[in-house]
Amino acid sequence: MKNLLSIDDLTKAEAIEILDTAVTLSNLSETGVKKFPTLRGRTVVNLFFEDSTRTRISFEAAAKRLSADVINFSAKGSSLSKGESLKDTAMTLQAMGADAVIIRHNSSGAAHRLASQKWIDGAVINAGDGTREHPTQALLDAFTIRRNLKNDQGDLKGLKVGIVGDILHSRVARSNVLLLSKLGAEVVLIAPPTLLPVGVDSWGTSVSYSFDEVIGDCDAVMMLRVQKERMEDLFFPTEREYSRAFGLTKDRIAMMKESAIVMHPGPMNRGLEISADSAESNKSVIVEQVANGVSVRMAVLYLLIGGATTRDLETHLGENK
Amino acid sequence: MNTWQIKNLFDVHGKETELNVEAGLFVDQFSQDAQPQTIDARGLTVIPGLVDLHTHLREPGREDAETVLTGAQAAVAGGYTAISAMPNTLPVADTAGVVEQVYRLGKLHQLCDVYPIGAVTVGQKGEQLAELTAMNQSEAKVRIFSDDGHCVADPLVMRRALEYVKLFDGVIAQHAQDPRLTENAQMNEGEVSSKLGLKGWPAVAEEAIIARDILLTEHVGSRLHVCHLTTAGGVELIRDAKKKGLNVTAEVTPHHLLLTDELAGSFDPVYKVNPPLRTNKDVAALRAGLADGTIDIVATDHAPHPQESKDCEWSAAAFGMLGLETAFSICYMTMVKNELMSLSELVDRMALRPAQIARYENQGEIRTGNRANFALVDLNSSWTVEPEQLKSKSKNTPFAGMELPAVIEKTFHNGALVFDRRG
Repeated sequence: MKNLLSIDDLTKAEAIEILDTAVTLSNLSETGVKKFPTLRGRTVVNLFFEDSTRTRISFEAAAKRLSADVINFSAKGSSLSKGESLKDTAMTLQAMGADAVIIRHNSSGAAHRLASQKWIDGAVINAGDGTREHPTQALLDAFTIRRNLKNDQGDLKGLKVGIVGDILHSRVARSNVLLLSKLGAEVVLIAPPTLLPVGVDSWGTSVSYSFDEVIGDCDAVMMLRVQKERMEDLFFPTEREYSRAFGLTKDRIAMMKESAIVMHPGPMNRGLEISADSAESNKSVIVEQVANGVSVRMAVLYLLIGGATTRDLETHLGENK
Repeated sequence: MNTWQIKNLFDVHGKETELNVEAGLFVDQFSQDAQPQTIDARGLTVIPGLVDLHTHLREPGREDAETVLTGAQAAVAGGYTAISAMPNTLPVADTAGVVEQVYRLGKLHQLCDVYPIGAVTVGQKGEQLAELTAMNQSEAKVRIFSDDGHCVADPLVMRRALEYVKLFDGVIAQHAQDPRLTENAQMNEGEVSSKLGLKGWPAVAEEAIIARDILLTEHVGSRLHVCHLTTAGGVELIRDAKKKGLNVTAEVTPHHLLLTDELAGSFDPVYKVNPPLRTNKDVAALRAGLADGTIDIVATDHAPHPQESKDCEWSAAAFGMLGLETAFSICYMTMVKNELMSLSELVDRMALRPAQIARYENQGEIRTGNRANFALVDLNSSWTVEPEQLKSKSKNTPFAGMELPAVIEKTFHNGALVFDRRG
C-alpha cells in the first residue's frame, strides 16, 4: 500500500489491519503512552486547499504523536490562493522532500491526480476530495462501530448501518458505503430522492425515503451534515421540512434498538439534521469518533510511511516501554 | 503546376482506378500540352478530401493553443480539405470583420478551405442576434451560424435565429445543452458519476433542447443542424424528425463513437469534453444512427488546449480534445472495420454530406471539373498516435498510444500536394 486515495485501494484484510493497528495505538494511548518515535525524521505535509480545521488537526495530532515533522500548508493566505496550480504546489513539496502529503481538495479526484501524475514521490493520503471520498473518515467510522458493537474484533458482518441525509454531495457517504460493504455490513441510505445520486442503484446498498420505517432496524445511524445552501439549489423546500422528515430527534432516538449508536462526522448543524438532545444522548458516539480519528490516522500514517506491519509495531512498542 | 497522373489506385468501392488532375482540377483526359507528374500509388485508396463542420482554430485570441495555420496543417494531415472554424475566439466571430480575418488567413496559407462559422448572437451571449446577413454577404460567405459551446437556450432567440437565416439559406448549428440542468456539470450523469462524485450532466439536458429545436424548426420551416449528438435518446429524436421530413441534420464526433464515461475514472482531464463521453449503450446507438443515416455526418469538434489547461485536477481543466488528425482512423476502425458501414458510406458522411449541408462547393466528391480536393489513404497499414508527432499546436488527444488503422498518406488541396506523410 503506497497511497490511500480511495477505500477501493484497500483489500478487506488491509482495512482490518488498519483497524487492528489503530486498536493497538488507541489502547496504548489509554495506558498513558502518548508519543511514539516511529516517524522521527519523517516529514508529513497537510495540504489543505479547502478549510477543514477538524480533519487537519486530527492528522496533525496523529503525525505528531508518531514524532513526524508536520508542515501545514493551507489555502488561505498562501500561494494556493494566488492561483498556484496543484502541479506546482506538488512539485514544491517534492523539492522539500515530503514523505507523505495529506491532501484535502474541493475537486473530486484531486488526490488521485496528485498520486497518478508522479508529481511527488511521497505517499498521498486523501483527506477528502470534492464529493468523492474521504477514506480516513470511513475508517474511523468503521473503527467506532466495531469498537462499540463488535468489541474491536474482526469485520462488521451482521450489522446494519443507516446513512442519512445528503448522500449526493457526501464524500463521507461514498467512502463509508465502500468500506462498510467491504467489511460485511448492510448499508441503507436514507434521504429524499433529490439528495440521492442518479445511479445509486449500482452501489449495492438499499435505499429508503422513510427514516421512520428503517431506523428501528439499524445498529448505527450516521447523520450527514446538510448544508443550508442546498435549499437554494432546490434540493428540499425548507429546513423545517427537511428536519421533520430526515432529522434525528428524541422521538426517533426512542425508536432505535437498545444497543444502537448515533454518529456524525461533524461539524453538526444542530437543529437541522440532528437535534441537540440527540447529539448528546447516551446513544451518541460523536465525541468518541473524534478521538478514534486520531488513532486511525496514526495507523494509516504508520502503515504507509512507517514502512512496517502491525507485528513490527508491537516489537517497536515493546522496545519503547 | 498541380497536374498529376496518379496510377494504380483503388476507389472507395475497392475498384482499381486512376486519377488525372490538371491545373488543379479533376479531368478525364489531359490536354495536349499537359505535363503531369506521375505518382504510382500502388495499394492506396483515393477518397475525396474530408470536410469538417466543427473545428476550433483558436485564432484570433488563443494562438497559444492553435492558429489557423497549425489547425490547417493538422487538418490536411488528417485528410481534410475543408474545415469550419467555430466562432468562440477572442474576439468572438460575430461580425463580418472577424469572419473575414479568419477566412483570409485560410486563403493565405493555402492548405485547405477554411470557412468561418458565425456566432448566432452577439458575444455568444444568447441575447441579441449578431449581424448574420453581414457575415453571410462578407467575403467569408458564412452560411452556418452557431453559438458553439453556448447553447442558444432562450426559445425566442432560437426561433428568431431559425427564421432569420431563411433569408440566405443559412443553417443554425445548435450546441444542445440546457444550461440550468448542467450548471458546473463535469461528466455524464449516471452510475459512473455517482461513484466518482463528479457533478452529472444528464442526457435529458441535451435531449430536451434537441426536442424543442425540432419543434421550432418544424414551426418556422427552417434548417437545423444538431452538433455532436451523444445520447441514444437524441438519435431517436433525430430519427423521428427525419421521418416527418423536417430539414434537420445531425453530427457525431469520432470520440463519442468510441470512448465512454468509464474513462473519467482515471481523473485524467484529457477525457473531459463537452458534451461529455456517455455510456456503451449511447455509443452503440450513435454507431447505429451513423450507419443508417439518421446521423448525417461526422464532425471532429477538434478542440486544442495548451498543456496547463489539462495538466491539473479534473474540475479545473478545460473541456475538449483534439480530433482532426485521428478522425478518419477512428471512424474507419469503429464503423468500417466493425462492418457497420462500407468505406464509401463513411466517406459520404465525412466528405459529401457535410459539404452539402454547408453548401461548400468543390468539396466532398471527385467529380470532373471540380477543384481537386482529395486524399490518398493506406487502408492496410496502421499507425500509433504519438502526441508529439501531431501537427496541431496542442497535444490533448485522448487516443495517445493507440494503434489505429488507415494511414492518410497524401492530401491534395486544389490540386496542390499539401500533405505528404513521407515528405
